[in-house]
Amino acid sequence: MGDRPLVDWEWVFAHLDDLWAATYQHLQLTIIAVVVGLAISAAVSLLIYRDRRFYGPLTGVAGFLYTIPSLALFALLVPLTGLSILTAEIALVSYTLLILIRNIMAGLDGVPLEMREAADGMGFTPWQRLARVDLPLALPVIVAGLRIATVTIIGLVTVAGLIGQGGLGALMIRGFSRSFPTQIYLGAFLTVALALAADAALLLLQRAMTPWLRRASS
Amino acid sequence: MALSGIAPSLHARVGYRSPMSKPARGATVEFQQVTKHYDRREKGPGAVNDLSLTVPTGKICVLVGPSGCGKTTSLKMVNRLIEPTSGRILIDGQDIGGQDPIALRRGIGYVIQQTGLFPHQKVGENVAVVPRLLGWDKKRRRERTDELLSLVGLDPGRYRDRYPSQLSGGERQRVGVARALAVDPPVMLMDEPFGAVDPIVRERLQNEFLRLQEQLAKTILFVTHDIDEAIKMGDLVAVMQRGGILAQFGPPDEILANPVSDFVARFVGADRGLKRLSLARVRDLELLPVVTAREGADAADARARARAAPFQYLLLVDASDRPIGWVDQDSIPSAGLLTEEMAIAMSPLLDRRATLKDALSMIIDAEVVAGIVVDHEGRALGLVTADTIGAAMRDGIVTEAATRNEPPDEASDPDGETDDPDGETATIDRLGAGG
Repeated sequence: MGDRPLVDWEWVFAHLDDLWAATYQHLQLTIIAVVVGLAISAAVSLLIYRDRRFYGPLTGVAGFLYTIPSLALFALLVPLTGLSILTAEIALVSYTLLILIRNIMAGLDGVPLEMREAADGMGFTPWQRLARVDLPLALPVIVAGLRIATVTIIGLVTVAGLIGQGGLGALMIRGFSRSFPTQIYLGAFLTVALALAADAALLLLQRAMTPWLRRASS
Repeated sequence: MALSGIAPSLHARVGYRSPMSKPARGATVEFQQVTKHYDRREKGPGAVNDLSLTVPTGKICVLVGPSGCGKTTSLKMVNRLIEPTSGRILIDGQDIGGQDPIALRRGIGYVIQQTGLFPHQKVGENVAVVPRLLGWDKKRRRERTDELLSLVGLDPGRYRDRYPSQLSGGERQRVGVARALAVDPPVMLMDEPFGAVDPIVRERLQNEFLRLQEQLAKTILFVTHDIDEAIKMGDLVAVMQRGGILAQFGPPDEILANPVSDFVARFVGADRGLKRLSLARVRDLELLPVVTAREGADAADARARARAAPFQYLLLVDASDRPIGWVDQDSIPSAGLLTEEMAIAMSPLLDRRATLKDALSMIIDAEVVAGIVVDHEGRALGLVTADTIGAAMRDGIVTEAATRNEPPDEASDPDGETDDPDGETATIDRLGAGG
């Protein structure tokens, strides 16, 4: 590839629409995975919150899913669900679970005992305490988990390109097959940029949702 | 807000009556043979063994003892954060065991160690926690919040929208008290409420709270490990010892004067005699009469009156009967008028509300071994000496004063300046200050 430039800018400017579409698709796949993962993790965490005995078994399952290599998981799922978005999302969601459940539980467990006792002693019902005391106080830790999960998924979505689900992974795969480095570099660059942007956005979201922490440090 | 199943009497109490002038009075709290044991798996703050005691309406009962004595456990059984193994707790004669715990707790004020303020809620939201649980609308919550913040000495405009992390320790404790008072509960539970502040702030908060309690007359269970705080805050003190055993229960002076066991004696400390001094006030003493004469009065007459009195000195006062200084009766001229220059010494002036401890301290320091007791306008009422104080301690006047059942209305004057109806009018007569 000696005489070729690393990035063919002419190609880039000619394909801005395609690049944008791939990035957008990548983001979409990520958001679906994180949102569904968060919903499942919230439900699982609630179960654990109500009965601590579920913690070991449920995080065990999530931990097992987390250890399966993504390529292997896609390969295992394709016979069942085909080369579909469903296959991609099942795999992606399963990688969020361990991170999110662990962080939700760590956040809830980190609520100081005296806060719970104050809430109980003043007559909060268990649900009121969860919604108005435990969750707001656990929010920073939960959002921290959400950031890790999101960045992880943005990386993994590139692999979903292998099963034809588009995104920046597909861009890179085309680059490999055509030995066209511009697509590879650009795909990698945009993936990293997307991850950094998503991480920053979630951090800002967390700051906006926890004004008491911001004011304390100012 | 679903409040079904709530006991009718409690429901009525929880209802807040506006404005502040008619707060709900306390209710009696009665422990009947209450025992709490923890089995090996269960973790808890300390067992309680066959606890029976009654806190009368409107009184502060302090549970005091070393750690692990079950004082906090006893407190938490009142709002059913901990359920007793056996025995009953009655509030106003009703067994709380049969009441919905959520409704019960909303009707009991609760102040915990480190105040337990929610860091993610502004001061106003923290104070309005229970009103919100009870479904009060926003306007009513806001009005009540502002009223309560003012009550505990915090300007609502300045503090309402701050977060707890932006407050000092003392301010947080005040907000904690305001929050517990939000729905005007008849009973309050306070678990080391002033524990997290430095001694100076603590003393101020204690004084403010006692003044507040004079108006509110809540029935309060108050937990502390500090015997001095117990003596200061308690109308009744329950000294508990390890194993959740009630070692002694009674008015603070009784516990100081007659500890029933070695444990209690050791716990209250070797200086219990001095501690008793802080329980009674100058107004509880029988004052020694003093001969007074106004500046510019006839010297011959004053000399005659002074010589007839047992005390060697004449107290010179100004036109408003405020003390100027002592005049030796031998140096009063046999004719002419009394002048300010004749005064040779002055005594410390003691407010009638001063504790005997403070009075004694001032007398010991003074050049004349007597303190002049003055009323709120600074007029001399009589004398106090170290001997008077010693005699009063021996005669048990302190116990009487400390256990006297004062009607709550008597002290409802907000600035606390009102003279007691049982004031020393007789002493004023004997002084003949007006003549």
